[in-house]
Amino acid sequence: MMKSEFPDPFEKERLEKGFGEMDDQNDPVVMALRHRDVRKCAHDWKTFQSGAKPGRIVIPSEVNIRDIRQIPFEVDPPLHGDYRALVEQWFKRPLEETYVTELKKIVKTAFDESLEKGLVEVIREFSLVIQSRALTLLLNVPFSEAQTWISWGTHVFRSEETALDADKANILYDYIDQQIETSINSPGKDFYSILLASEVNGKKLTKEEVKGIIILTFAGGRDTVINAISNTIAYFAEHPKSLEKLRKEPTLINFAVEEFIRYFSPLTHMGRVVTKDAHVCEHAVKADTRISLNWASANRDAKVFENPNEVVLDRKINPHVAFGFGTHNCLGATHARQLMKVLIQTLLEKVQRISIVKCKENIETLGELKRKVGFDSLYVNFK
Amino acid sequence: MAKITFITSDSETKVLEANSGNIMELAVQNKVKGIDGNCGGVCSCATCHVHVQPEYWEKAGEPSELEQDMLEFDDNVSEYSRLSCQIKVSDTIDGIVLKVAK
Repeated sequence: MMKSEFPDPFEKERLEKGFGEMDDQNDPVVMALRHRDVRKCAHDWKTFQSGAKPGRIVIPSEVNIRDIRQIPFEVDPPLHGDYRALVEQWFKRPLEETYVTELKKIVKTAFDESLEKGLVEVIREFSLVIQSRALTLLLNVPFSEAQTWISWGTHVFRSEETALDADKANILYDYIDQQIETSINSPGKDFYSILLASEVNGKKLTKEEVKGIIILTFAGGRDTVINAISNTIAYFAEHPKSLEKLRKEPTLINFAVEEFIRYFSPLTHMGRVVTKDAHVCEHAVKADTRISLNWASANRDAKVFENPNEVVLDRKINPHVAFGFGTHNCLGATHARQLMKVLIQTLLEKVQRISIVKCKENIETLGELKRKVGFDSLYVNFK
Repeated sequence: MAKITFITSDSETKVLEANSGNIMELAVQNKVKGIDGNCGGVCSCATCHVHVQPEYWEKAGEPSELEQDMLEFDDNVSEYSRLSCQIKVSDTIDGIVLKVAK
């Protein structure tokens, strides 16, 4: 198997049953696996809610490591819409020219540094660095903050030993508390200050609410962005012809971005809590249990995607759900898409060849199934 | 050259002309409010959702099966819903009026 190949572990169950089952800290999950069922359940936010106990819709569940509600992520309509409207414009800034210019600088620098080094461990020395520096743009905070975030390592909630690490999560929470205090004392144009000055339904956002929005911004775009960048580098290392193709036809870059996001599906699935006895693909699910919307599985559904297990760079119709679907679709998608676009453009400009030296796969366990989601380490030579 | 009229959710009207590409691209280039086209036109993000004014429905044509699927669970879907990235600009649609979905 090629190192940049990401198999679909869900095919058999998707075809035979349409759902999968896994346990997670004694709070089992029924996974919706088919494209249509995933969309249907995502759409039905009344039956499959996000506004449950904070941390419960995340898999692995974070109920034991946080009490704070991530906003608007763990809020249901109609309040969800009020929060969402508040932050929507801010999260569209990646479309602005000045934002793109700064993003290009960040990505160019990362490539220049890597080309100089030659041998690079992509996850820590490249993807984490780009992700962190790019996040300073999204939050509109000084570039120097990125150094602190890089020092935290690749996972905000995880450590080498355990999937969930409360100590590590606390580092992030304490840091955010401190930043919020700083912005209260001297307001600026950073995201914290903007939020602190904002109102929802005529009431100023509380510190807790601001914290909930900021935590989401940090957590949602860390592992996911790092995997998207790293997996793309691995792909191009093993597919030099694809580099040539995009060099000849740069208008395909946009299609390539969407196809990578579909194929890699950096976020495997997202949970919901069942509010009343219901069904997922004709399988009964009881109130107060959990289901998940398996984006990764839906994105390989042969009913929707021809040759689902192939990267088709110029896939023209690509209704993937890698950024979720419906009300709760990914708030950071504009940033992520812009970053991927700039990454590929810059790669085409600067890099002739990438070769993988060695790598260690990052494998997720979902009950009986295992899914490769990225790499724990990826050593490559840039030329 | 086709003339295309957009009515945004705050009832502003924008009339644009074009002869190639798709409706979403035209709207994004001209900053039509409410049409974002986040996915660049691959039928994934549904941020280019429009309601075709009924009298122009035949000009726009039926959505493909995949497009229909994506619209099926959209909160603001109507029987005249289309994803504008899937409507090509051509003389056939000259004069069409589209209401931008919320």
